[in-house]
Amino acid sequence: MDWVIEAHNLTKTYMMGEFEVQALRNVSFNIERGEMVSIMGPSGSGKSTMMNTLGCLDRPTSGEYILDGESVSEMNDDQLASVRNRKVGFVFQSFNLLSRLTALGNVELPLRYAGITEGRRERAQAALEAVGLKDRMTHRPYELSGGQQQRVAVARSLVNNPAIIMADEPTGNLDSKVGKEIMNLLLALNKERGTTLIIVTHDPNIAEQTQRVIRLRDGELDVTAEDKGRKK
Amino acid sequence: MSFTQAIFEALESLNGNKMRSGLTVLGIVIGVAAVIAMLAVGNGAQASITGSISSIGTNLLFVFSGSADGPPGGPGSGRSGNNDRPLTLSDADALKDPFAAPSVELVAPAIQGNGTLTFAGENSTTTISGVTPDYAIVRNMELAEGEFINQENILGRMSVVVLGPESAIAIFGHADGVVGETIRIEGQPFRVIGVTVAKGGGAFGSEDNAAYIPFTTAQARLIKRGVRDEVDVIFIQAVSAEAVPSASEEVSNIIRQRHRTPIGIDDFTVFTQQDFLSTFATITGVLTIFLGGIAGISLLVGGIGIINIMLVSVTERTREIGLRKALGARKKDILLQFLTESSLLSLIGGIIGIMFGWLIAFVVGKVATATGNNFTPIVGTDAIILSTSFSAIIGLFFGIYPASRAANLEPVEALRYE
Ligand SMILES: Nc1ncnc2c1ncn2[C@@H]1O[C@H](COP(=O)(O)OP(=O)(O)O)[C@@H](O)[C@H]1O
Ligand SMILES: [Mg+2]
Repeated sequence: MDWVIEAHNLTKTYMMGEFEVQALRNVSFNIERGEMVSIMGPSGSGKSTMMNTLGCLDRPTSGEYILDGESVSEMNDDQLASVRNRKVGFVFQSFNLLSRLTALGNVELPLRYAGITEGRRERAQAALEAVGLKDRMTHRPYELSGGQQQRVAVARSLVNNPAIIMADEPTGNLDSKVGKEIMNLLLALNKERGTTLIIVTHDPNIAEQTQRVIRLRDGELDVTAEDKGRKK
Repeated sequence: MSFTQAIFEALESLNGNKMRSGLTVLGIVIGVAAVIAMLAVGNGAQASITGSISSIGTNLLFVFSGSADGPPGGPGSGRSGNNDRPLTLSDADALKDPFAAPSVELVAPAIQGNGTLTFAGENSTTTISGVTPDYAIVRNMELAEGEFINQENILGRMSVVVLGPESAIAIFGHADGVVGETIRIEGQPFRVIGVTVAKGGGAFGSEDNAAYIPFTTAQARLIKRGVRDEVDVIFIQAVSAEAVPSASEEVSNIIRQRHRTPIGIDDFTVFTQQDFLSTFATITGVLTIFLGGIAGISLLVGGIGIINIMLVSVTERTREIGLRKALGARKKDILLQFLTESSLLSLIGGIIGIMFGWLIAFVVGKVATATGNNFTPIVGTDAIILSTSFSAIIGLFFGIYPASRAANLEPVEALRYE
């Protein structure tokens, strides 16, 4: 099997003063290259914590995590930054675009931190074209609709050709029609480019469209619910 | 990220908050301008005093009667005790002895008093000096027209006078073409034989507002002294700058012998030009440091403005920092970004401040000239280098704390920040 993600006994513990909060407890699973997976679960069940860990924004308290063949658990901050830059694309619920930069400037950012100067502009333009914003390249975020802003964010997430795109409730701030468009965009990217996709969502309709659903409850995999198996 | 890119982004970000960036820059501008202007004024004062002390003569020594450390009164304040003997012409003559005083080149005794010059109803009160021909050489005097007092004038006790240009203007209305005219000094007729070249104001009052007459004439008719042949001051030119200390030594020994004063209780004082220079250099040096120090404090306050604004900026942009880290920014990328911003703020402030300080110094100089003071503030390269590097260091130093705070933010925490 060609695993993009191998998670063994991931645990994440937060200290809240005297108390320990176990946001993840012994979570183990694998994700295949090109797979599209949704993560569901009630609020506070550890979905975001899981995404942050898988996205190398944070280290697990214990357990082993291998992303695209690299063991991440023991890496230092700068190594993690490099892994994020090369292997992960993020799409956030609240878009997280820099308002000072144009759409193009925002999409160029990951390339800048990758140290790429040659062909940077062209690659960013191609990414914006791929999300259907060919004629909005020089607009700033406040000149774009919510849906367009999220498209810019999607373009930014794929511009570095990452192994995996992580989307934490990407449609949470959008109305259902625009949300659907974004979902279709992500689905199309997965189909056309074979990019592995992990989506955190509350929406069963969205989960329906993915190949597999990972359910979380109180920081643990909800095995009883993992009955759907794999869809074709 | 490359350095030019970092500068470009920093400019973009500073431009995004013009008001705030402008006010922060203003703090540095004021600080740097103050440093530049204050140092310029201090240096200018020093140069002007040094210049006027140098213009009074070359390798010059002064001998006054009265002791420097004897109470009361300092050098030149007259004899301090009843047992003191005044300086006399024979003292001056003794100093001309080439064997006892090989370091002495020329000796010029003088007596001085105030008197009124009159010409065609115009009056002017000025310093009247009774001098010998060597006076002109010892005191670096040049004549704009006519001639200085010569030996013949001295021997004949002639009624001739050399005027300073200001005095000439005061009674004639002009300083040229007055040689040959007859004026009255304290009611007695004197023929004008020369006018000196203007020197400008000096540390010892203006030498341009003066009248010089033969020593013998002054002694006999204008300036009465209690002791026969008494002189007020003896000006001495040493053979070279290096010979000034030995000249001072020789002069002291000769007069000490003649006045029969025990060693340590001299009734006269020898003062060199260098003594004046170093005294004034100390005073203006302290003044410059004081002014510069006050200005430096305002530069420091400007630096605190930078740290303040950068801390606000880091807090405000916590999410941005989190996002950049999520996209792959390393610690040093974030550090560079914020350090570039703070350095640019202070660098821009520094450059504008230098120009502004220069302008202030220029205006001060203009005002001084307009009010008749011979004083030009000097903007030295040292002041420019000092304040530029100081402001750059301030930008870096005061940027480091906010920037490292930004660089060390946890990406997850930063992204959650509202
Ligand atoms: N930085 C943190 N410090 C302390 N507790 C945290 C932190 N982040 C998350 N938690 C806790 O961990 C649990 C899981 O949170 P999260 O992963 O955000 O859940 P979800 O995204 O599923 O709503 C919650 O109980 C939450 O309060
Ligand atoms: Mg969440």
